[in-house]
Amino acid sequence: MNINELKRMSQTVRSDIVTMVHRAGSGHPGGSLSAADIMAALYFGGVINVDPSNPDWEDRDRFILSKGHAAPVVYSVLARKGFFPVEELWTLRRLGSGLQGHPHRQSTPGLDCSSGSLGQGLSIANGLAVGFRRQGRTCRVYCLLGDGELQEGQVWEAVMTAAQQKLDNVCAIVDYNRVQLDGALSEIKDLGDLCAKWHDFGWNVIEVDGHDIEALLRAFEMAGAFRGRPTVLVANTVKGKGVSFMENDCSWHGNAPSAEQLEEALAEIRRGGNA
Amino acid sequence: MGNSVPMRDGYGKALLELCGKNDKVMVLDADVAKSTRTVWIRDKYPEKFMDMGVSEQDMVGTAAGLALSGMIPFVSTYCVFLAGRAWDQIRTTVCYNDLNVKLAGAHAGISVGPDGATHQSLEDVALTRVLPRMTVIVPCDAEETRKATLAVAERPGPCFIRFGREAVPVITDESTPFEIGRARLCREGKDAAILANGAMVHEAMEAAELLAGEGVSVRVLDVHTVKPLDEDAVIAAARETGCVVTAEEHQINGGLGGAVAEVLARHCPAPMEMVAVNDSFGESGQPQELMDKYGLNRHAIAEKVKAVLLRRQGE
Repeated sequence: MNINELKRMSQTVRSDIVTMVHRAGSGHPGGSLSAADIMAALYFGGVINVDPSNPDWEDRDRFILSKGHAAPVVYSVLARKGFFPVEELWTLRRLGSGLQGHPHRQSTPGLDCSSGSLGQGLSIANGLAVGFRRQGRTCRVYCLLGDGELQEGQVWEAVMTAAQQKLDNVCAIVDYNRVQLDGALSEIKDLGDLCAKWHDFGWNVIEVDGHDIEALLRAFEMAGAFRGRPTVLVANTVKGKGVSFMENDCSWHGNAPSAEQLEEALAEIRRGGNA
Repeated sequence: MGNSVPMRDGYGKALLELCGKNDKVMVLDADVAKSTRTVWIRDKYPEKFMDMGVSEQDMVGTAAGLALSGMIPFVSTYCVFLAGRAWDQIRTTVCYNDLNVKLAGAHAGISVGPDGATHQSLEDVALTRVLPRMTVIVPCDAEETRKATLAVAERPGPCFIRFGREAVPVITDESTPFEIGRARLCREGKDAAILANGAMVHEAMEAAELLAGEGVSVRVLDVHTVKPLDEDAVIAAARETGCVVTAEEHQINGGLGGAVAEVLARHCPAPMEMVAVNDSFGESGQPQELMDKYGLNRHAIAEKVKAVLLRRQGE
């Protein structure tokens, strides 16, 4: 996809997210919207190597959603990529749906791991990367983390493991939207100089505008070329990005829009794409 | 048979066998490799060994990733820091994903001794056996630990083995059968049945010998697999002898005794007594002193058998 097509895909993904959560009557739009451009770049910008016609292909790259509550953004890109019909998106969170409230690997084609209890994804990504290295396989492992999630101690255990094991086949992405469920990170448990923290733990750090698709693609390319250390993209984002009444408002962390709010959101997403 | 060997030696021996023949096996430890005997792997197969440092939660998550890549990871640390500290990782990442991760909890039970209550894992069987898809094994000696370790490598899905620190009598040998989910008959008897696991199997055999001297005939079963429990053997023991005593180095709530009671309550209610730690933490002391103080020995088992026989006669 060219840049304009990617931008339109981001719009589509954002529309999917608010529609899915509205129809489900619950879910997490804020942290899904903030990651929409990251996920569009990853899956449609030629970054992650997957095959929708063969979801269990052994040599595919892997994606671990550590911030499991952002399931809607992942479901949207998987459906738009062709892993399952787009209509299934509207079954999110319903009894019998393949789209569980938080990711369940066995239920959803294209999903590489179940998640939902925060702080665990990077450890899993590291284990995959060690396994691939031992097997002589070149597949890469991408892991999307939330910023609030970085308050979990296990994340920093895993950060140390990846550095110790020199896992340059791991690429972590922090969706740094600065808002968690209860409010602003800065008022709850601030992350301080986040880039410096990852750097001091031995990672290659790339700070990037998480809503600039071209910048994201360049960052992913740099990460892929970097050897000897794992890379983290610290992606500066806006929670609820693209729907102004949701932006930077923690009450939209886990809240479904009403029918009126959905119309307003969809209209704004469409306008945003044309701007 | 006869000599005493720590069960962890059986774990280490099995890992050496596995690493020698299976390219998929990886061994992880959390800074206690000498205690768990995974140091034997570190020395002989360094490329198959990862010391994760003091990071049990990360260790379980890393093992989950290894399993997702097709490897068979063996996760090793003190039992209390595995089943307890990393329980959510075991639940949500390992079991919910249905991953082929093997968990080995060393230094289980009160017989850890002088380290005291913080290190005496008495809740791990309860914590693990409630998890869907999990297999829970409590072997009785070093040889059975070796066999259990080899067996879980062949069994798909999450498996947990717990074993103690101290040297305990080796009561099985290479030819003794071991099958996951199949209780092993150690001694036939008709008046009562003792269902034991771990180091309490040997004590149960000794208790049966004491009782035989008093004219009481006791069946002894090594119920090494708590999950999936050998329900047929448990029900047969209750039906054929009329009363049951369980014996384990674990809290009285939620362990083998609880698992047996759940089955008998549904299928074959019978008078039952439990030998276990009675809902308390342990303390520092020598292993045998603690086993005696907390009622985890042959005499305590024999007393419970007599008590359960009285109850049955009163019915």
